[in-house]
Amino acid sequence: MNLNFVLQSLLNGLLIGGVYSLIAIGLTLIFGVMKVINFAHGAVMMLGMYCTYWLFVFLKVNPYLSILLVIPILFIIGAAFQKFLINPIIKAPGHNQLFLTLGVSLFLQNMAVFLWSPDYRVLKTHYANITYYIGDISISLSHLLAFGLAVLFASILYVILTRTDLGRAIRAASEEPQGAMLMGINIKRIYWISFGIGSACAGVSGAAITTFFPIYPYVGDIFVLTAYVVVVLGGLGSVLGAFVGGLIIGVADSIGAMFLPGAMKSILSFIIFILILLFKPTGLFGR
Amino acid sequence: MTSNSVLNIVDVSKSFRGLRALSGVSFTLRQGEIFGLIGPNGAGKTTLFNVISGFLKPDSGRVGFLGKDLVRLKPHEICKMGLARTFQIVKPFSYLSILENVAVGCFNATNDIQEAEERAWEVLRFVGLEKKALSPAMSTTTPDRKRLELARALASQPQLLLLDEVMAGLNPTEQMQIVGLVREVREKGTTLLVIEHTMRVIMGLCDRIVVLNHGECIAEGEPSAICSDKDVIEAYLGKGNTFVRD
Amino acid sequence: MSQPTLATSYLKRGLSRQTWIIIGIVLVLLHLLPRAIPQIVHIVIMIYLFATMGQAWNVLGGYTGQFSFGHSLFFGLGAYVSTLLYLKLGITPWIGILISCLSGIALGLFIGALSFRYGLKGPFFALIMLAFAEIFHMITMGWNAVGGSPGLLIPLKGNAPHLMQFTSKQPFYYMALWMMVGSLYLVWRLEKTRTGLYFLSVREDHDAAEALGVDTFKVQMIAMAISAGLTAMIGTIYAQYLLFIDPDSTFGILNSVEIMVRPIIGGPGTVLGPLLGSVVLTPLAEITRLAFQSYSGVYLMWYGMILVIVIMFLPHGLMGMIRQIIDKYRKG
Repeated sequence: MNLNFVLQSLLNGLLIGGVYSLIAIGLTLIFGVMKVINFAHGAVMMLGMYCTYWLFVFLKVNPYLSILLVIPILFIIGAAFQKFLINPIIKAPGHNQLFLTLGVSLFLQNMAVFLWSPDYRVLKTHYANITYYIGDISISLSHLLAFGLAVLFASILYVILTRTDLGRAIRAASEEPQGAMLMGINIKRIYWISFGIGSACAGVSGAAITTFFPIYPYVGDIFVLTAYVVVVLGGLGSVLGAFVGGLIIGVADSIGAMFLPGAMKSILSFIIFILILLFKPTGLFGR
Repeated sequence: MTSNSVLNIVDVSKSFRGLRALSGVSFTLRQGEIFGLIGPNGAGKTTLFNVISGFLKPDSGRVGFLGKDLVRLKPHEICKMGLARTFQIVKPFSYLSILENVAVGCFNATNDIQEAEERAWEVLRFVGLEKKALSPAMSTTTPDRKRLELARALASQPQLLLLDEVMAGLNPTEQMQIVGLVREVREKGTTLLVIEHTMRVIMGLCDRIVVLNHGECIAEGEPSAICSDKDVIEAYLGKGNTFVRD
Repeated sequence: MSQPTLATSYLKRGLSRQTWIIIGIVLVLLHLLPRAIPQIVHIVIMIYLFATMGQAWNVLGGYTGQFSFGHSLFFGLGAYVSTLLYLKLGITPWIGILISCLSGIALGLFIGALSFRYGLKGPFFALIMLAFAEIFHMITMGWNAVGGSPGLLIPLKGNAPHLMQFTSKQPFYYMALWMMVGSLYLVWRLEKTRTGLYFLSVREDHDAAEALGVDTFKVQMIAMAISAGLTAMIGTIYAQYLLFIDPDSTFGILNSVEIMVRPIIGGPGTVLGPLLGSVVLTPLAEITRLAFQSYSGVYLMWYGMILVIVIMFLPHGLMGMIRQIIDKYRKG
């Protein structure tokens, strides 16, 4: 274990952490506004990945460019999900929403198995293997781009939430739904918009990693579990928290990988998760 | 502390993130009294109830009930000792029947399911809900929910009953019915601490009243004295006004 | 209505004589099943095992309102504890199952002590259970001393009843049947006790329950102990039945889903819900698995779809729907 190895691991952790951040930001938006823990978030990310893949295979669209298409498509899927499935049961006890999103997740993932087979697919681009070097530390271009996209979209989202009317309406709806309604904000509209945005985030994260991560129906499961850890760590509803939390968990996973056999690398993250849930459930930046 | 005091609040204070909700609140309840707790919105009345019943820990002070300090006890332990409360926004066990709702309270006093059920029927007859005993609690009207809230608390056989705005949302006729029930509860030997907003009700029902404003006791005494107390009038209506008794 | 006599107590309502007779007949028929229709014995064993675990989940979830998304934790624990005790120390699974039960209870109480003390509810409790299950999943995957990812094989001993191994499936059928009947009876009796009513009160409203003298922490711990211990025991039976366990098939998320989905669809908070759910879903899964051989997992599409439909239109599950129909029939 030398310094280079450690630095390399930490760097990789940070880069992938950016991706965790973006997925988690989408999840925290959904939870912050609607208080729903969305188990289908991973399936949505998976759809974003397949979307990118098929656009690449059939229309030769550059995966990074297809993000422009993935955003509206996933937004619509997410919004429709909220509007037609979740909204009708919004008055039911909270656990019903949990089970509903679980059901949707099961359905989407296994429909993907049925339609596209459970085989791993890989998106091969000619620039996939480009690597930069700083001394002995290597940074792969695709990881860097994924991180860059994550930061870009996290920033865009942050600006939307803090500087636009829509963003203010979303924050009002998440903090004080009654008050927001009295001010004329259409809460129902905010709900499906937020769900759409959150899903688009998941889709973009998925698209961003297609250049280096295999695409298969259950890929969402790994990421969504980590996304929950990040969301709780960062504080439910806090975009900044989700961003910082993502980086922390990315690094925690790397540290885990340094000391533990491969299958166990996420144990550290889960232990952090349990500790946060017990001792500081509001997370780092939560209210 | 006199020998027949049931509840002894001594210098209770509670702050939330720098905001003083309760500040040195002190008063004593005597056995068999109906004691009123009034004050403008945000005065700290429900906060005080939460402290007394164990849902909140005060920053300082003592809550003496039948000689014991309640401050470090959990709500269910306090109920076991004989102190019951209702909630301002009623909390029925929605998917259980009215009978089952009340039975939960009955089990505070007995382990036997037979006894619990008999007592539950008694309590339901007392509040007038026996005809709806088997309906689910969520399908009831507001006055019935208030009765259920009262019935459940009574079922636990309390020596002291805390009622939090049990009249809110009821029309005058319904309110009078509840007042009648409260008086009967007192007849049976239970002491009552009542939060209410309706002046007419409070003045007619209570033996003594304490007035809270911004977390502090600003007056204590009999209804007639409270009505003409300058500080009380100011707290509710601002300077230069008088109370009009209807 | 007039005061009911003790014989017509509503809280302790019993079953009519006709119902007991029907139950008796059904039990006799179920006893004859392995000889009558041996082809379906395996699937019926699975129905019973998952019905029992579903019922265990139901005690904590449907009745007490704490919905665990990681019940595979106890199942896997039970399976691994008894198997390891046998493989490493030669302890017979008949004792192993008891130790599995106790381990499950211990782990459940540990998690409960942490979670309930800190007031974890709803999605947070669901997630913490999931986290614990995943931790155990990862540990068993990566730790070779307990088998690692290839899992553990129990050597086939053929006719060895003292080691819980038999030459046919029938003994397992009867074990599974009676575990299921036992769990049904347990929950049916619980409903008529103070503890059962306390479970429900905790589910409905923690604060109101506390204010009525219910020690919500203790009540949740009792529910957790029953739920965890029972599930762990099924883990042992499963391990002995299949003679093979591995991290994925025991601690995997999919297993947690299988355990949960039956009581949710059948009717959470009801005695028959988990059984009904298992009777509907287990054969559905088997048939779909056989029809789509190359795509194992497609039956989960059915689970997903049914789950969504039930949550949206039948929030009390199939039992709720059946009750509505019976009520309408009685009034009409």
